[in-house]
Amino acid sequence: MTRQSTFRVAAAGLALVASLLAVASPPARAQDEPRVIVITAKRFEFSPNQITLAKGETVKLQIKSEDVTHGLFVRPLGIDAEIAPGRVTELTLTPETAGTYRAICDHFCGAGHGGMKMTIVVRE
Amino acid sequence: MKKDLDRRRFLKIAGTSMGVGALYTVWPSLGRSAEAAELARRLGAKTGEKPTPFTFAQLSDAHVGFDGPIGTRALERAVATINGLPRRPDLVLFTGDLTHDTEKPGEHAARMSLFREISGRLQVAKVYHVPGEHDAGLDGGELFRSVFGPTSYSFDHRGVHFIALDNVSRAKPEVGAEQRAWLAKDLSRFHATTPIVVFTHRPLFDLRPDWEWFTSDGDEVMNLLAPYENVTVLYGHIHREDHHTIGHAQHFAARSLCFAFPDPDKFEDKKAIPFDKDQPFKNLGLRVIDRTAGSAAETVRVQDVELAMSELSGTEGFDQLLKPATF
Repeated sequence: MTRQSTFRVAAAGLALVASLLAVASPPARAQDEPRVIVITAKRFEFSPNQITLAKGETVKLQIKSEDVTHGLFVRPLGIDAEIAPGRVTELTLTPETAGTYRAICDHFCGAGHGGMKMTIVVRE
Repeated sequence: MKKDLDRRRFLKIAGTSMGVGALYTVWPSLGRSAEAAELARRLGAKTGEKPTPFTFAQLSDAHVGFDGPIGTRALERAVATINGLPRRPDLVLFTGDLTHDTEKPGEHAARMSLFREISGRLQVAKVYHVPGEHDAGLDGGELFRSVFGPTSYSFDHRGVHFIALDNVSRAKPEVGAEQRAWLAKDLSRFHATTPIVVFTHRPLFDLRPDWEWFTSDGDEVMNLLAPYENVTVLYGHIHREDHHTIGHAQHFAARSLCFAFPDPDKFEDKKAIPFDKDQPFKNLGLRVIDRTAGSAAETVRVQDVELAMSELSGTEGFDQLLKPATF
């Protein structure tokens, strides 16, 4: 095998690997999209009631209500959202400090409102 | 005439734990001197009412209708205690959560009526209310207003300006731009040294935000009050005694008349302190009770709780108030 043919084989191999990667992976634009976490609020709970994020990770929270207007409030993470029924409330979040944060409903929603909370864990 | 009178003590508000909520006393502390009379006259001319001694009480968080072991007994006991005082307060201020909410048709209105019936037994000149979120969070304050009138208002009493602020009717813990504009206008006619008592439901500062013990625009409210040197904020919501000094203002919380919450610095979760059937009013009303040996009589030990106008607060307000240039 000549040096030229060796190059051609290597180039073909690279092209094959590249095409395989293109099939196996989402498009480059999708790789930049934040992870989406769906949260459902209903009296008097959030589901899931705990989510785990990585420090510095950008995530998109999609929050919806199954009944009345709720709130999602976490002062240290800068979250203060109104969650009205009939639409999805989106929040983009990039936590910078690891820790365990309590998120509460801060829109009064009935007698059990005071216990409506969830946990956001941010790992190093 | 003696020239070195402590003028800061000319008018003083002190709170005393007297069995239910808190009892506050306002009095001119220069006594009956000619100078005191002249100062009172001048202050009266400035604020519209001559300061004279009076007391007022704060009660909070009765939660009438709450399914708990205490029922309305603590509220009824509070009313009886106040009516039994040798010198009854001029005013009683209720700082919210008069009732516990329910969506059963007609039931919330019935609870509000029961609260009004019990509190109506108070034998005092005036009773004032602000709503809590359990009174007004679901209907925007409609039921409260139908029974008690506006959720925010102000009045003067014997030289002290009282302001009722609503931080619950918008469902979220906030006062809102409209009410803040009203507050700014309300305050504008007063001199910086006027004694001001704000009563509201939620704390106007970040006490424990993840327990919803805050008001989101509380800083903006306190900024409006910042130019005033003698500000006392009385609130409920947290079901426990608390005192914070922030800037010129003193913030005091009253106990609940239904159930108690624990110390937020010692507990991670907001869970009511378990009911003690042997001490049913523990943490709820009577703060200190001395039972004399061999006697069934209970004596309430009085503890002074100094409010914004005492020298202990560090405020120089009354020095400034008494400068002739301020009149």
